Amino acid sequence: MKEVIHTPVPDIEEEEYHINMGPQHPSTHGVLRLVVSLQGEIVKSLKPHCGYIHRGIEKMCEKDTYPQIIHLTDRMDYLSAHINNHAVCLLVENALQVEVPERVKYIRTIIDELTRIQSHQLWWACYGMDLGGLTCFFYGLRDREHILDIFEESFGSRLLHSYYTPGGLMQDIHPNFQKRVKEFIKYFQKKIKDYDRILTGNVIMTERTRGIGILSKEDAINYAVTGPSGRASGFSCDVRKHYPYSVYDKVEFREVLFTEGDTLHRYYARMEEMRESMKIIEQLIDNIPEGEYSAKMKAVLKLPAGEYYQRVETARGELGAYCISDGNKTPFRLKFRSPNFSNLGVLDKISREHKIADLVAIGASLDFVIPDIDR
Amino acid sequence: MAFSIYDFTSFNQAIDHALYASLPPVLAVIVEMTIIGLVFLVFYAVVGLFLVYAERKVCAFMQNRVGPNRVGPYGIFQTIADFIKLLMKELISIKNSDKLLFNLAPFIVIIASFMAIAAIPFGKGLQAIDFDIGILYVIAVSSLGVVGILLAGWSSNNKYSLIGAMRSGAQIISYELSVGLSLLTIIVLAGTMQFSQIVEGQANGWFIFKGHIPAFIAFILFLIASTAETNRGPFDLAEAESELTAGFHTEYSGIKFAFFFLAEYMNMFIVASIAATVFLGGWMPFHFSGWAGFNHVMDYIPPFVWYLGKTAFVIFLMMWFKWTFPRLRIDQLLNLEWKYLLPINLVNILVMAFIVLMGWHF
Repeated sequence: MKEVIHTPVPDIEEEEYHINMGPQHPSTHGVLRLVVSLQGEIVKSLKPHCGYIHRGIEKMCEKDTYPQIIHLTDRMDYLSAHINNHAVCLLVENALQVEVPERVKYIRTIIDELTRIQSHQLWWACYGMDLGGLTCFFYGLRDREHILDIFEESFGSRLLHSYYTPGGLMQDIHPNFQKRVKEFIKYFQKKIKDYDRILTGNVIMTERTRGIGILSKEDAINYAVTGPSGRASGFSCDVRKHYPYSVYDKVEFREVLFTEGDTLHRYYARMEEMRESMKIIEQLIDNIPEGEYSAKMKAVLKLPAGEYYQRVETARGELGAYCISDGNKTPFRLKFRSPNFSNLGVLDKISREHKIADLVAIGASLDFVIPDIDR
Repeated sequence: MAFSIYDFTSFNQAIDHALYASLPPVLAVIVEMTIIGLVFLVFYAVVGLFLVYAERKVCAFMQNRVGPNRVGPYGIFQTIADFIKLLMKELISIKNSDKLLFNLAPFIVIIASFMAIAAIPFGKGLQAIDFDIGILYVIAVSSLGVVGILLAGWSSNNKYSLIGAMRSGAQIISYELSVGLSLLTIIVLAGTMQFSQIVEGQANGWFIFKGHIPAFIAFILFLIASTAETNRGPFDLAEAESELTAGFHTEYSGIKFAFFFLAEYMNMFIVASIAATVFLGGWMPFHFSGWAGFNHVMDYIPPFVWYLGKTAFVIFLMMWFKWTFPRLRIDQLLNLEWKYLLPINLVNILVMAFIVLMGWHF
């Protein structure tokens, strides 16, 4: 006769249930699917399922020429479109050893920083919305319009610009560019105080996010969490500081570092970065040298056979472009190390034992752009 | 039959007498109830639609938008158009849902708010039932709505709905205490639970001024607790759209969704009415003792205008902080109630009782 054993403690695993956050869920900002294992409201574990917006960009790159690849990089992290372009442009220029005019370097730096500001503005808007403050969303988008208007005037498009080309720029900046950027800086320095007033100083926001989703410095390094998310944990990983490109070595700016590594400090890190970006732009905007807007390039670009790596600092972290060339006009293999993919990896670790509401806040503070995860 | 916009008592009595004179008593009661029911139905729809419009406009202005401005002048018919759309929508039935409870839930929510509206004095003589335990009745009835929310979440066969419903249950049961206790503070001052007498008691000054600081604290506590009780932001955890998509009413469509939607706005209207009646004098005009001329001018404004104005003010306050603050988390929400609001409330009642005992109030 079989002995019946009564377990005194109910099996914890049985009390867990799963919910699917996404692919259609307002807080994942795209088609990311998180299979969350919950016990009551507490997150026990979660599994990200990627691939809902996989377009095979890396494979497509293998049949495209280098100037064509620029247009695909826009579609990865569409909020840092310029900076993605920058990675491939620098890679090609370094491989061909082309000297880019100073003017181009200045303009690229300014536009990269404008891109960073508009990306952080949208992040701020969505962060506020995820915490339930819907008004933030409209404030953030309102101010982002100003940058998009500047972009539209100079490059003719608002989201996917493909403005950088290997060797320089697609065309020169609009004559109004400098004036409008200065106007924007003046405007936004006033508006960023509104941001602080409506969200940063709000006791509900600070109490909801302080001590939530703590990412230690060791974990940030182990999981390769870069960008503001990593720097909030004290991981000094700013590519602009450590491996300067364009004119980042000529400007004064502070690498925003915190040691706490919680959701609130990831928020602070991005808010500070917006201010630092404005400082960088202010230093450069009046000093753009005259000259050509592009170096003389050959009609068909063929990279010498070999391996090349170029990293840039996007609004979300380090973007690496790793290229193997066999000497043809198309790369043999082009691999992107996208910041969001690595940052997503840490989500499970830092959101365990927190509530669903915290998971949403942590997700918002890591600032995912889903097409960059899947590519 | 004397009709006056300042006092509906004689008008109502005239109708009452005419009905009883011409009909047998049972029939007269039925006719009266039907008339009142119809009046409330129309009132309910009008107020609900207006509040939806007002919320959209207020939030639009806070968010640098224009809000509805296409249907009719300033978009005033927008909500009517939306409502017609909701009426015509298909009622989707959910697989594996508990059909009976699923269909019952919106009615429980809407009946609860309907019952609460009956006891509210809209003007002098404009009150369906004047219970002598009016406040107790309203508190009891308005908290019935949570049953509907729990049923909706439970029967939808959706985990998000269930989480929303459970949050809502915990929230409303907790905040019910603060609502009750803050009203109790004023009952101590007023010495009655009857709405008509509470309003009459404020003829020479509203309770929020008469009761010194405790009355003011009670008003603030009531505002916080009642916002939580109506599931509105920053306490809208039950429908937290960024976490639970829409919480307990995710699976509802068409008119059943409209019931939840209307009930939410009517609950807001009801708690604002109670706040206006108990703290701000209800339909009683603003009076200063001693300023006869000023008081006389104030009396020219009809009572229901006073009442609606005060209610609109409280509603505006609630919309204001809904569109400014982020949402709380469930543990913070319960901490706020049990660790802060409840102790403050208890001390507040003691202070108020002491003031009343010593006769220090005005």
